Amino acid sequence: MNHFPEAWGRPRDEIYGAYNPTYLPSSLGGAHQPTTRTQSPIVTGTSVLALKFSTGVVIAADNLASYGSLARFTDVHRLKPFNKRAVVGFGGDVSDMQYLDRLLNSLDVEENYTSSTGDSKQGGEEGLVDAPLMSAKNLHTYLAKVMYKRRTDFNPLWNALLIVGLDDQSQPFLASADLLGTTFSAPSLATGFGAHLAQPILRRVVPNEAASRELSREKAVEAIKECMKVLFYRDARSMNEYSIAVVDENGVELSENEKLENQSWAFADRIKGYGTQVV
Amino acid sequence: MPGFDFSNHPRNLALHSRGVPLPKATSTGTTIVGCLYSGGVVIAADTRATSGPIVADKNCEKLHYISPQIWCAGAGTAADTEFTTALISSNLELHALSTGRKPRVVTVMTMLKQHLFRYQGHIGAYLVVAGCDPTGAHLFTVHAHGSTDKLPYVTMGSGSLAAMSVFETQWTNEMSRDAAVKLCAEAIQAGIWNDLGSGSNVDVCVITQEKTELLRNYITPNVREKKMRDYKFARGTTAVLDQRVITKEEISKYVTVQEIGDEEVVGEKMEVDS
Amino acid sequence: MASLFHAPMPSTGPGYSFSAQPTAASAPRQHAGFYPYTDNGGSTLGISGATFTILAGDTRSTSGYNINTRHAPKLFKIGGEGPDNLNARIVLSVVGFAADGNALKERLDTVVKMYRYQHGKEISVHACAQRLSHILYGKRFFPYYVTAILGGLDEEGKGALYSYDPVGSYEREQCRAAGAASSLIMPFLDNQVNLKNQYDPMSGQGLEKVQRVPEPLPKETVEEIVRDAFTSAVERHIEVGDGLQMMVITKEGIEETFSPLKED
Repeated sequence: MNHFPEAWGRPRDEIYGAYNPTYLPSSLGGAHQPTTRTQSPIVTGTSVLALKFSTGVVIAADNLASYGSLARFTDVHRLKPFNKRAVVGFGGDVSDMQYLDRLLNSLDVEENYTSSTGDSKQGGEEGLVDAPLMSAKNLHTYLAKVMYKRRTDFNPLWNALLIVGLDDQSQPFLASADLLGTTFSAPSLATGFGAHLAQPILRRVVPNEAASRELSREKAVEAIKECMKVLFYRDARSMNEYSIAVVDENGVELSENEKLENQSWAFADRIKGYGTQVV
Repeated sequence: MPGFDFSNHPRNLALHSRGVPLPKATSTGTTIVGCLYSGGVVIAADTRATSGPIVADKNCEKLHYISPQIWCAGAGTAADTEFTTALISSNLELHALSTGRKPRVVTVMTMLKQHLFRYQGHIGAYLVVAGCDPTGAHLFTVHAHGSTDKLPYVTMGSGSLAAMSVFETQWTNEMSRDAAVKLCAEAIQAGIWNDLGSGSNVDVCVITQEKTELLRNYITPNVREKKMRDYKFARGTTAVLDQRVITKEEISKYVTVQEIGDEEVVGEKMEVDS
Repeated sequence: MASLFHAPMPSTGPGYSFSAQPTAASAPRQHAGFYPYTDNGGSTLGISGATFTILAGDTRSTSGYNINTRHAPKLFKIGGEGPDNLNARIVLSVVGFAADGNALKERLDTVVKMYRYQHGKEISVHACAQRLSHILYGKRFFPYYVTAILGGLDEEGKGALYSYDPVGSYEREQCRAAGAASSLIMPFLDNQVNLKNQYDPMSGQGLEKVQRVPEPLPKETVEEIVRDAFTSAVERHIEVGDGLQMMVITKEGIEETFSPLKED
């Protein structure tokens, strides 16, 4: 017996050996580190832009992944096709993007298993039918719920997503979801810096849904490319190589190595100093 | 004593450390732009003033007079833009009188940056300075901390990115007067429609070597629609619990009463519903 | 509608004591970290009549000084059939944090649909209102950051309107404004719907004056009041605008309309 009540009734160390504290949290001398969560994004992608036109949607994002102000990776593709009917564009944390990409791949595999074993009422060649694919709208609902669940668990996925494609009625679909689970849709959307710089340009092209139903594919692609150029001029976390995708009835057309064309630096030659300098 | 009175500073510091917030100043949440063209310079502004999320003034003036050929568009804290431009305007007039020459835009820019730098950003004035002087047409921006820029097209305020998107897609070298005015108006509208801090109307000011044109409310795309109902109250709706008539003789005991005649009092007409 | 839970600590008025301990509010946070809420702006409003209830909301969604979209409905049909809620008789309006609003709408909609499958009859507005209160209070310590208004017709066919605070305190009322411009719209409603501080011009003088008695307004009048409330809020609040969504609930069903508002 000793004078330390907390030791009473416990196996004696000199006989049984000391407790193994490794399962305890580090505050009690254990080896377990506290669980960590994304508190701020580390390697990040900047804006994603998207625009609906008469028969589909166009989406673009540059190929840069920044580490703070360092242009760390210049070949990161932030547009991920899903299911031949949808594309997801990722802004924000790149590791969280890669997690979501893996999640979407396993979802795609699961979907393909369940849909190809469905009843073969039409009786294809190998007894398989094209069961309805998950539409872009379904995908958006899924991702929005993933994002909202993670924010509610205080373990957010630090991304801003644009989901584009075709909905259940094969109409152009465009919507966003962010780290808080906030969702909205519009004829044109832009995340990050693009929300400030590109959205005003895109809204002039498509002020409303009616205007986007009248817009041609060529005009839409042209508008998005123009916006990418303005973002390169003015967003310090952007670069001049980018990915662009068009989704319509014919599927996804993705190009991951576009370069900005026809930049204008006409204003530059007359600039001399910032105030009273003349030479 | 000239200048600012800092005697409340320790008291305010004590209040602030105890969680009492600073009083909210009216800010011109604002889109302002400027653009040089062949033959002159154009500046433009929206007309919304805000206090937090509330619209404090639907049709305020953000284009400030400095001298007949030099004007300033102001963003930031409303009081700071107004007083800073008024102060520099006064000093510039004295300067022009003592030198006997027309004031120059670089002089205004230098006076503004030196004044603002002295106050280390505490004077929240973000300005676009434009004008014509014997050395040509000039355009500058001045930030609250005292830095300046000299560019052929500039934007400032919360709507600066929206406005800049217009310049970056549509600006060309050597524009005509009308093209420059149209471009500036478009840039302001990008702010009006896309930035919540900006709204209401477009004001434009065109300055050439010959003259200055202030186009107040150049575009008014946000006229209020007619209200559906009439909100006149019948006389007697408000209860009068007590009523006392104070005669002229009675009030003469305390103040001097002076008759000003029958003619209608000339003053600004109040804005009323039609 | 007392929502004390997130009231900021400071400014207890000029009567504070200088000897008091400094509040935590002044200590700057070391690290920004993750904050699970945001405000998406906008305003909603509901007025109940003798045989109808009207709910309305603007369709702007904001974040900071940006407009997310000009078309984000804040009014949702609850119950009814299928994903489009056909033949629904209850409307929920939510304003505040849109993601929470959406989650709340989904939960209530599921509850109301389950009620029909389990009981073989439609839920009453009264029961639905209480259920909504319980859903909100269920997240008392991680609240749905929304102000909800629920509208429908009661068992007697009269207009029923219930308003909520974010943690489930609720009350049946004649009218209620919520959201960003609620402090602008609510006094207007007090004056025009409840005729507060107004006296009969025909009655006597001084203390003899008789208060005007509010009575249920006709549908057309209410629709006009709603539109005037919103066009006025658009003038003076930067987060309100773009479109006006209105739902009129009568015994015939729900009539939904969209009309434009200023976009600046």
